[in-house]
Amino acid sequence: MIATRPADHYREIAALTRAPVALMEVCGTHTMAIARHGLRSRLPPALALLSGPGCPVCVTPAAELDRAALLAREPGVTVAIFGDLLRVPGSLSSLERERAAGADVRIVYSPRDALAMAAADRARLVVFLGAGFETTSPLVAATLVRAREEAIENFLVLPVFRLIPPAMAALAADPRARIAGFLCPGHVSTILGTRPYEGLARAHRMPCVVAGFAPGEILRALVLLLRQIAESRAEVENAYETAVRPEGNPTARALLDRVFRVADADWRGIGRLPGSGLELREEYRRHDARARIPVALPAAAPDFERGCACGAVMQGRCAPADCAHFGTECLPAHPRGPCMVSSEGACAAHWRYGGAFRHG
Amino acid sequence: MCLAAPGRIVRIEGTRAVVDFRGVRRNVQLDLLPAAAAGDVVLVHAGFAIQRLDPDVAADTIAALEEAEARLRAEAERGGPR
Repeated sequence: MIATRPADHYREIAALTRAPVALMEVCGTHTMAIARHGLRSRLPPALALLSGPGCPVCVTPAAELDRAALLAREPGVTVAIFGDLLRVPGSLSSLERERAAGADVRIVYSPRDALAMAAADRARLVVFLGAGFETTSPLVAATLVRAREEAIENFLVLPVFRLIPPAMAALAADPRARIAGFLCPGHVSTILGTRPYEGLARAHRMPCVVAGFAPGEILRALVLLLRQIAESRAEVENAYETAVRPEGNPTARALLDRVFRVADADWRGIGRLPGSGLELREEYRRHDARARIPVALPAAAPDFERGCACGAVMQGRCAPADCAHFGTECLPAHPRGPCMVSSEGACAAHWRYGGAFRHG
Repeated sequence: MCLAAPGRIVRIEGTRAVVDFRGVRRNVQLDLLPAAAAGDVVLVHAGFAIQRLDPDVAADTIAALEEAEARLRAEAERGGPR
């Protein structure tokens, strides 16, 4: 039986943390919730919670943000984005700077809003910047299916979607991160279900627990992870039963498969991971902004300014405060790296809410 | 970015639903959840219902989702945290 009150969870977590142990919350929404509720400050010092790569704003390569900025400079092009992508710097510029310089960059709540813009003005090309994980890519797939059905040829997508399980597998195989268990993302798992983590748990002897976002739900998931470690088990458990079914959302996955195929992809600060991205299938290539609007990208697009530790932070190799820029040159008001731009980035969460952020 | 808000389906209109989020009604696409029915509590991400929630979902689960989604939405409208 598992206790339900946070106080009981904290007690059990303390009892189960007998030696230094590092767990990773993969998802940026968990990073934000853990920081905001100050959960770290009540955990035993030997338990480190590492923030993972589950922040789309943080892992979108600088080269793709450069491409989006260059697309926005093209005459007759509107770039539609989720708001948290506005300020993230590429190597050339950000969409915020392009907008200030006169580009038509619009913040939308849903990809369907971008489709409606395209339908309303067929003379403009509307490019939706398709960043996100398995929670988000199916809705863009559904929007592309609709664009095809209605022959809205001026609706384009710049697909920079990334897949979470391949990134978790890469981290699990990396001894420098010293991860002993994964707090698996809640909403990615509403789509994927729990099965994609089974292979990971087996191959890397890695406990995996899917967690919700309320403090009690996160603490309960930590208890389940620590119990697995104490009992030398490596299994997949679902602690977000309210929203996550073992089979996930098969309709959403079928839509993904209809529109996209899996491809190798670069992660900002992490590098190229096999089978971790999505590209449009042939039938949908006419909606691919890369193919439709060629732009002259710079020969090299460094992902980070010199000294930025964002890549190491997202791989669990250091804490935000270990970065020389953190809180000095790099602040939410003038971020130098992507982990400080997004409210879900480890550095922004740590800066805003403080708390004992320890690395292993 | 993967934030999702819980709401209750008031009625279905073809491939969309009218969903009540604490008294605020919005149109939501059902492309990913075609079997959803009026009365269902659903998680909504970027204008699409992505999953049904258990009918006996705990109040703190709902509160955590609502709070996080509202904060990110406000930040997104401002163009990021300040």
